[in-house]
Amino acid sequence: MLLILLVFANQVELKAFDTPNDGGSSITLEWHPDTLFNSYVIFRSVDPEGNFEQICELSDRTTYFDTQVVGGEDYYYRVEARGRESAVSSYIVGPVRAFPQIFNTSRINIAVCIVVLFFAIIYYITRARRGQRLFIRKIPGITAVEEAIGRATEMGKPVLYVPGIMDIDEPETIASMSILGRVAEKTAEYGTPLYVPTSKAMVMSMAQQVVKEASIRVGRPDWFNIDNVRYLTDDQFGYVSAVDGIMVREKPATNFYLGKFYAESLILAETGFSTGAIQIAGTALPDQLPFFVAACDYTLLGEELYAASAYLSQEPVQLGSLKGQDVGKLIFVIVVILGVLDRLVGFDILYNLFNTAQQ
Amino acid sequence: MKQTIPLIIVFTFGFFVIIAFFIPLRVFQDASQTFETWYTGVIAFFVFIGIFNIIKVNVNKIQRKLSDWQYSIILLFFLAFMMGAGFIGGPEGGVFDYLFEHMQIPLGATMFSLLAFFVASAAFRAFRARTPEATLLLIAAVIVMIGRVPIGYYIWKGFPNLVEWIMSVPNTAAKRGILFGADLGLISMALRVLLGIERSYMGGGRE
Repeated sequence: MLLILLVFANQVELKAFDTPNDGGSSITLEWHPDTLFNSYVIFRSVDPEGNFEQICELSDRTTYFDTQVVGGEDYYYRVEARGRESAVSSYIVGPVRAFPQIFNTSRINIAVCIVVLFFAIIYYITRARRGQRLFIRKIPGITAVEEAIGRATEMGKPVLYVPGIMDIDEPETIASMSILGRVAEKTAEYGTPLYVPTSKAMVMSMAQQVVKEASIRVGRPDWFNIDNVRYLTDDQFGYVSAVDGIMVREKPATNFYLGKFYAESLILAETGFSTGAIQIAGTALPDQLPFFVAACDYTLLGEELYAASAYLSQEPVQLGSLKGQDVGKLIFVIVVILGVLDRLVGFDILYNLFNTAQQ
Repeated sequence: MKQTIPLIIVFTFGFFVIIAFFIPLRVFQDASQTFETWYTGVIAFFVFIGIFNIIKVNVNKIQRKLSDWQYSIILLFFLAFMMGAGFIGGPEGGVFDYLFEHMQIPLGATMFSLLAFFVASAAFRAFRARTPEATLLLIAAVIVMIGRVPIGYYIWKGFPNLVEWIMSVPNTAAKRGILFGADLGLISMALRVLLGIERSYMGGGRE
């Protein structure tokens, strides 16, 4: 139940209602600003006849979230507007009660995305499991992975894999670890050394496990050297200088930069370029993509980074999930186009359904 | 079993956090917050693993006299020195603070300043008009560069407005397109991980 109380009292119009989409721990107060007053004092009570205690004084806001309330209990409010020479008060509004919502409606757009993608992926995985061949669009950056590793093998030089500078809770780093598994399989198969310098100790532990398991999977456990997957430093530019040092000293023939990068992206990619390495980069941050595009041979743009592991595996189930992802994206592109038309024509049906900014 | 238990953990906690994202009830939010606190605790533990790895790799390098092993001695010396300074004098003031302010920060700033030169060299290569796309990039870049400096206004008064339009319309549209695709890719990858279809991140590559 949404309780909205409007009170017109002197110049202060106060609205008090349960804060939407929260766990029942807050009441929202709103009032209209007036240039005559320079501060607003908010009072609260559990009894309309009882003592009202001052809970705050605000000067530059006309909204207040009272989080010091107990869910399910009745509260009464009044706001006093104070100017240099005068002060007016609103009427007492209430009772207002904070109560929890079961679903956060401001996130319905994300829920729709997840549900549509979920069913699209499941549908295409089922089709792939039945043995149906699925067409997946070609992604040049991913198809170049094997060629790049092969080049390093022919040249007798190592492969460098940089998994970004963020920790394992970042989706880009998880995607990077998945791709690392595929890259490690290939390098182990060819017997090419693989260096994985990391900026976070947890990423190092995970990378060690991923590379080790990959070497076992292709029957080359002897190839795995734990010292090649190592932690350098958490410091952003300390890490960059250490990785640059590896590039200049070891001269890897192939460099992978897959994960989350910030200002170090171009420093790494340009140093790699100067050593003559073939470079494949990928990140989901649009601000860093131009640097990689300029300095690397291949760049995985945004979603391609997340698709790379599934694409490299060539397993029907993984490819089915990619197909589902592409179909889901097509559905959303159609919805976006319809949304633009809907807005231009003025129906606003889709706009109102997905507009969560004001909720 | 080696993969089943981690998969169950990923599935259970992953779906719980997704559900908690949509359900604002306090019990869900508190539990979600608790999981994040656990993660912070695990990260703290991994600091020691990181230090241990640095020591192990570099001691190994010195023992085997691998190439450039002398640098490992310097690295281990400063690692021990900084830790000692921090333990004895504390992080505020003293030797630790002095080394951080007068060595660590200037060294980091030096690396960062390389970016200016690398931007120039990368731009030189990227802006060579060899293809129609590169030509378009070159034209846009020249307009933006001229429009962003005072002399651009004196050449033609419309430059700043043109730059504003390039940045806020085609540039923003392209960035949003990339973000849109990346977010859908992220959701898709998260579903693959939670459903156990994608396992290569934990070493296993097959379903």
